[in-house]
Amino acid sequence: MFKKAVFLLTLLCVPVVLISAHAAHHEGWQCPEGYEGQTLNVFNWSTYIAEDTIPNFEQACGVTVNYDIFESNEAMLAIIRQGNPGYDIIVPSGDTVATMIRDELLIPLDLAMIPNMANVSPDLLDPIYDPGNAYSLPYQWGTIGVGYNTEKLPDGISSWEEVWSHEGPVAWLDDRRSMFGFALLLLGHDPNTADADEIAAARDYLIERSGNVVAIAADDGQVMLERGDVDITIEYNGDILALADECECDTYAYVLPVEGTGLWTDNLAIPVDAPNPALAMVFIDYVLDAQVGADISNYTAYASPNQAAIDQGLIDEEMLMDDSIYPSEETRMNLFTIQESTAEQDELYNNAWDELLIFIGG
Amino acid sequence: MRGERAERQPWQGLWLATPTLFWLLVFFVLPLLLVAVVSFMTRAQDAGGMLPFTLQHYERTLGIFSPILWRSLRIAALTTLLCLMMGYPLAFFISTRRSTVVRSLCLFLVILPFWTNFLIRTYAMRTLLANEGTINGILLDLGLLLQPLRLVDNQFGVLIGMVYGFLPFMVLPIYASVERFDFRYVDAAHDLGANDWRAFWRVVLPLTMPGVLAGSALVFIPSVGAYVTPVLMGGVRGLLIGNLIARQFGGSGNMPLGSAMSVVMMSVVLGIALLYWLIQRFTAIADGR
Repeated sequence: MFKKAVFLLTLLCVPVVLISAHAAHHEGWQCPEGYEGQTLNVFNWSTYIAEDTIPNFEQACGVTVNYDIFESNEAMLAIIRQGNPGYDIIVPSGDTVATMIRDELLIPLDLAMIPNMANVSPDLLDPIYDPGNAYSLPYQWGTIGVGYNTEKLPDGISSWEEVWSHEGPVAWLDDRRSMFGFALLLLGHDPNTADADEIAAARDYLIERSGNVVAIAADDGQVMLERGDVDITIEYNGDILALADECECDTYAYVLPVEGTGLWTDNLAIPVDAPNPALAMVFIDYVLDAQVGADISNYTAYASPNQAAIDQGLIDEEMLMDDSIYPSEETRMNLFTIQESTAEQDELYNNAWDELLIFIGG
Repeated sequence: MRGERAERQPWQGLWLATPTLFWLLVFFVLPLLLVAVVSFMTRAQDAGGMLPFTLQHYERTLGIFSPILWRSLRIAALTTLLCLMMGYPLAFFISTRRSTVVRSLCLFLVILPFWTNFLIRTYAMRTLLANEGTINGILLDLGLLLQPLRLVDNQFGVLIGMVYGFLPFMVLPIYASVERFDFRYVDAAHDLGANDWRAFWRVVLPLTMPGVLAGSALVFIPSVGAYVTPVLMGGVRGLLIGNLIARQFGGSGNMPLGSAMSVVMMSVVLGIALLYWLIQRFTAIADGR
C-alpha cells in the first residue's frame, strides 16, 4: 500500500517537474495541447537559427523536429516544385514567396493559430509580395551590402564605384535579382523593372564593371573573404557580421554603399503537401514569440521583425544600435526590395544573368 | 547445321544482358528521350516545358552560348592532351617493370586517389593552390614571390583540377595495351635498321593505339561535361557548359534551354567519337589491316 502511494506520488510529480522545466526555458510561450509525439520537418537556410531554438520547441511540444538546410531560394524552389518531399516549414525570401503563391506552392496560413503575429513590426506586415500575410510571416530581415578585408583596404570603402574599381579579387553574390537591382538603381531605373531594354542596360553595366570579379558566390562570400581568396565580397549582412564576430578581430567590415542597396525579408511559410501544417503553424507562432525571436536574431546577427522583442529590450543593445543590422530610417530610404517575379521577369532576368556569366567567363 | 547456328548466334545468351538493358532503358534511354522532347518545348512559368514546340533554345545554345561550348571543348581537349603526355610515359614505365610486385604497387598507387571522394580531393587541391594556400604561402615565405600566383579561380585552375582528377583514366587503358605489347617487335624493328624513335613511332605507338584511344575517350567525354571541378577551381572565370546547364534546372531557370544545351553537347561529343572511329577505320584500311 505504502509502495503504491509512493509510486502514485512520483507519477504526480513528473508532470510538475516537466512543466517547471518548460517555464525555465521560455516564460510566456506555451505549446497548445495535443501535438505530443508528432513530427515537424523544417527546411531552412544554413546557419540561420539559434542553437537551442529547435531543442526547446521539441521539449515544449513533446515533438520531434527534422531540420534540413538549403543554400539558395533557387535550390529550395526546385525541390518543392518536384513535389514536396515532406517539409512542413520553408523559409523563402520575399520575391520567392510571390513566385510560390503564383505557382500555388504554398498553403494559406490560419492566422488565428498564430497569436504571436501581433509581435511583428507593422512595417513588415502586409508586404507587396504577400498581401495580408495570407501565406507567410517574416522570419528575419536584412540588407545586402559589401563585406571587405580592412587589411587589404585600410581606407575602407563606401560606394559601389569603389567595389567596381577595386584592384584586387572581388566576389559577387549569386542572387541575380539583387545584382541587377544594384545596377538598375545606379542607372536610375526601377530595381523591379520588367523592361527588357533596362535589364539589358543593367547587364551591360555589370559586365563593364566585372574586371575584378573572380567568383559569383552562392551565399559563401564570407568564406572566400576569410580564406583570403577575395578582398571584397557582396553578401548578406549577417554572414559578414557573424564572421567579424567569430574572429574577434577588426579584419572584416560590412558597409552599405551610399548609392543604396537591397533590403530583403525571409519568411516562414508552409509548402503544399506539408504532412503536418497544424504543427507548422504552432512552430511559426513559437518563432514569433518575443524571447524565441530575440534569441534567434541575437545568434544570427540578422534583424528581427519582432517589434515586441525590441520593445522589451530582449535584442542585444549593441546590435540594435548597429546601422548595418537595424538600418536607421534615413538609411532605409536608400534601400530597395525585390517585390515579385512574373514569368516574363523570370525569363528576362534569367537570360540576362546567363549572358553576363558567358561574357565574364569568356 | 553450321549455317543455322551462325544465324542464331547474335541473339543467343541475350538474357545475360537483360538486367543491364532494362536498367539502361529505364534510367538512360527514356530520360534521354524526355530531354530531347523537352528541348523543343516552350519555357513554362514553373521553368519546365510546355507546348508549342520551338527551336528558340537551339538558336540560343548555338548563338549566345557558343563561346562557353567552345571553351568546354578546348579545355577538355587540353586536359586529354596533358593526360596523354603524362599518362603514356607512366603507363609505359609501369608495364615494363620486370617485377610483378613493383608493377602491382605502381598500379595500386595510380588507383589510390579513388579511395578518397573526388569532391574532397578537389577541395584539397584548392587548399593547396589558393591565393593564401600552401604553395603560394611557401613561395612567398621563401621570398621567391612578391604577389601570390593566381592558380585558382581561372581556367588554369580548372585545367589543373581536371588533369589531376582524370589522369588515372588515361593510365589504366594504356597500361593494359602496353602490357600486351610484345617487345620482340622492337627488336625486329631494330634489326631492320630503325632507331629507337622510329621503332616507337612506327611500331609501339600504332600497336598501343587502342589503349590511347580508349584512355582519351575516358578523359575527354567527362571533361566536356565537368561540373564540380569548374565550380571549385575555376570560379566565374572558369565556368563550363555543364555549370550553365545545371543553372537552368534551378527553380526559376529554363529546363527546355538546359535540355537543348545538353542535346547539343551530346551531339558534339558523339560527332567527335564518330570522327575518331572513321579515322581509325581509314588508317586501318590504309595500312591494309
